[in-house]
Order: sequence, then C-alpha cells, then structure tokens
Amino acid sequence: MTEVVSPRLSTEGAGAILLDAADTVFSDDIQSRIWAVAAWMLKVGGVAETVPGMNNLMIVFDPLAVAPDAIEHQLLQAWQTVVPNAIAGRDVDIPVVYGGATGEDLAVLAEHAGLSVDEVVRRHSEAVYSVAAVGAMPGFVYLSGLDPALAMPRRAVPRMKVEIGSVIIGGAQAGIMPCTAPSGWHVIGKTKVPLFDPLRDPPSACKPGDRIRFRVIEVQV
Amino acid sequence: MIEILSTGAVNSVQDLGRTGYLDAGVGRSGTMDAPALEIANLMVGNEARAAGIEVALFPFRLRFEVDTVFALAGADCPAKLDGRQVPGWWAMNAKAGEVLTLGLPRSGARAVIAFQGGIDVPLVLGSRATDLKSVFGGFEGRGLNRGDRLALAGTSRRVLRMEGGYGADVSELRGRPVENDEAIILRVLPSAEYTAFTGEAISTFHQTDWLITNDANRMGYRLSGPELSLTRKLELFSHGIMPGTVQVPPNGQPIIQLAEANTCGGYPKIANVIEADLWKLAQAPAGARLRFEITDRDTAVAALRQERAFMADLAASVSLMRGWM
Repeated sequence: MTEVVSPRLSTEGAGAILLDAADTVFSDDIQSRIWAVAAWMLKVGGVAETVPGMNNLMIVFDPLAVAPDAIEHQLLQAWQTVVPNAIAGRDVDIPVVYGGATGEDLAVLAEHAGLSVDEVVRRHSEAVYSVAAVGAMPGFVYLSGLDPALAMPRRAVPRMKVEIGSVIIGGAQAGIMPCTAPSGWHVIGKTKVPLFDPLRDPPSACKPGDRIRFRVIEVQV
Repeated sequence: MIEILSTGAVNSVQDLGRTGYLDAGVGRSGTMDAPALEIANLMVGNEARAAGIEVALFPFRLRFEVDTVFALAGADCPAKLDGRQVPGWWAMNAKAGEVLTLGLPRSGARAVIAFQGGIDVPLVLGSRATDLKSVFGGFEGRGLNRGDRLALAGTSRRVLRMEGGYGADVSELRGRPVENDEAIILRVLPSAEYTAFTGEAISTFHQTDWLITNDANRMGYRLSGPELSLTRKLELFSHGIMPGTVQVPPNGQPIIQLAEANTCGGYPKIANVIEADLWKLAQAPAGARLRFEITDRDTAVAALRQERAFMADLAASVSLMRGWM
C-alpha cells in the first residue's frame, strides 16, 4: 500500500472546506482518491455538495447542521481510509475537425512544439484523456493525459470570444469549450458534440473518471 | 401577469440560487441579497425560495395586470405605487393597472421585489434563478427587457387587511445604513494562501479602504488599492471557489467572487467574506469602499445562526401582522 500523504485543509467561508493534496505535478493516483473521497463525503449528514478540482476537493456543507471541525475530521479520516476504486467511467468519442478557420492556432502550436501539423494531430488524437474534474464554467472538462510535447503556455491576451465546441490546449491541459466564452487557450480544432445542456439532468455530458478520445474527421490547412 | 415598463438588462428574475450542480460547473446564481429576498417573500406569504425580481439598474417600472401583494426590500430607493409612496421593507396590496416605480437608491445598490405566489418561470436544474453569464434559467435565460410579461404562480389571491400595507424592522439583522464615504466592514476568514502573502501585504489587506471599480457585476467585483504581493510566485491547480472568495491575481488587485462566480478558479485566495456578510456586497455600488476585518469560524457560524433566528422570528410576527382578508 502506498503511503497516503496528509493533505492541506483550508476554509472558504464557514460552510466550505478545501482539501488540497496537490504536489508540483498532477497525479492520476491522487485524483482517483479525490473522486472516492468526494463520493464518500456526499453521504455525510449536512454535506450539500462536493467539488473535485485538480488534485483538490472542496466540500460545501451547512455549518448550522454539522460543525465545520466535524467535517474536517471526517474528511481527513476519509482521506486516509477510503480505497480509491477505478471509477467505471464511460468512453466518450469526440470527433474533431482539426485546423482551418475553426482551429486557427494549430499551426502556431505545431511550430511551438517543433512538430509537423500532422504529428501534432496524431499525438493529440492518439492519447486517451481522463476527465479529472468538471468546472469553472458549465460543462467544462479538465482533461489529464495531454502529450507533454503539446503543452504551450496560454496566450498573453485572452480572446474575448472562443466558439462553443473549440478543442483547446492551455498549458499542460487539454479541453473543449462547452459554450462560447472568453479564453486564453489555444484553439486547434472544433467538435459538434454538445457538452452541456441545462435542460438535461445531469446537465454535463462528461463526468469525472470518463475517458475521452479525440477522433480525426479531417485536418484542414 | 406583470408587465415590465422600464428596466436595465441586468435586472433579472432571481430566487435563492441553484444548488447541487457545482460539480457540473454550474454556479449558484440567485439573488445577490438573499436575506432581502427571503424577508420580502415572508412578507407576502411565499416560501423563502420563491422567485422575485432583483433590480440593480434604475429607474425600474412595472405594471400589475392582476390584483396581488408585493414586498419591496434591499436598497433604500424612492418607490411609488401610482401616486402612493412605498417605504422600504414594506408589503402592500397592488391593484390591476397600478404602476410600481423604483428610483435611484439613496443608499444601497440592489432592490428586490417579491410577489404573492412568486414569479412563475420554469425550474431549470432545480432553481428559477437567471444565470446571466451562462444564459439559462429565469425569464428566457436573460435579463428583463421593456415589454416582458411575467406570470405569477398560484391562483388564490389574498389581500392584506391593512390598507397602507405593513413593514418589517430589519435593523437588528442589518444594522444602521452606511453613510456615504464610510467604508463597509466585511468580516473575512483567512483562505488557503493567506500566509503565502507578505506580512506587509496582509496588514495592507486589512488596513486599506478598497475601492469597488466599475468592473463589478453579479460574477464578482474587482477592487482597486495598493498592490498585494506574495512571498513567492504560486502556480495553483484549478480548485473550487465560492461566492465571497477573495482572489488576488498577478496584478495584486483583489477580486471578490459573487453570486455568478465560476465554480473553479486558479488565482491565490487571501480570504473569504463570511456568508452572513455577502448581502453587504450586494448593497455596495461601484465607487464604494470596503474594509476586510479578520474574524473566526465560530463568529461566522454564529452570524448565520443569528440570521436564521431573525428569519424565524420574522416569520412568526408577519403571520400575525399580515392578517389576510
């Protein structure tokens, strides 16, 4: 059994506690534990919501129904004892048109990586990504599993408008825009798969633990 | 039905907010001044989470197309029902055809109006709140426009016995109104990166009267003041944030996350405004000054408990005061 490192706890008001287990690089093992502890904590009386982040977890609760230090105690106990079991995530296929007008940064990213456009597309589409967390904006997936060679710092100046369905890279993370919004990430392609629908329950197409594959429809110059 | 006659696009249908979908990236939304909407709902005989209208742009006018009861709460603004004055924290009968007008607040920034039965818009993910940023919920997922007609829920219409309506005394919960030029005191708890700021930054954070810039909306307020520095550069992974979380981006100028905050963020967090003080931000307009006073978790919980006790007392007394005919 691997040693379980003690996470850092902090508050976000009286009714939210943030558990941070992040080291300097993202860990899939820690993330599995995050998901398992999130599911476990949801069964604790007074807990309203759990918000998995990237190697961290926020617990939102009613501090009039349960004492905050009782939540902290249970959270630390769960962190030490809960056994992360592989989430039976689903496989989600995302067909992508790479490059062209709706993937305008593909060439720039290839140049930054020192790779050909075709090689960037190959590496991006052959990886299997894991949905680490869903958040920031409705339906936005934080994906782990990007080939490190494709990492590229975000744009110095964010675009005010990045279209829904844009397949994007920001730093070492891959993502997909669930709605049209400002973003500083690089746009390398476009998909028509809808990721968020408020009239559906659950509203988000992907859940933590799902595996995502990008499938090449076409590479445009 | 009620018809909107004059409005600004940020005035919207709101309830107490959406819970249960933070892990799908869906924020709370809901009114910025939750206690005000709860009080107004109590006064007209609604359950606390009925939908009303949050007004942040004035003047605002609406016409009643049915006889009903409404209550006005939140900002202190000059209000009239046809020719009659409507005081703040006041419930009143309205007759079909009468026009309610709210003028620019004398103090505060947001008025909330509750209507008997509540605004009848569909529940989206369990709430009637408008998420303006994400364009769903409320009335067609957007702010109100002139000419919009909103239905009121419930069919049985009751009338207040008191001709001039009746008021609630909220001074115990909200204190005295803040004078112009006086800083609004917000109680905060330290957040994860509090001690990652320099000692000088921490004292500056607490001693400065921070200016609310014009970049202030339902998502959050950007503040202006001296630059706050970290002891070293931090690269944080994305993590959950809450309404009230005070972040400090690289320019050293704090941002307070509010009702329509993103569910996750990545900037260092210096503090969190306690839940019981969030309504003070709803009532703080651009140009107002804020001061952050450190408190502890017991105090933050006690303040919430006091708010619940106030609501319970109010519910008991208004049921006597209201005296339906």
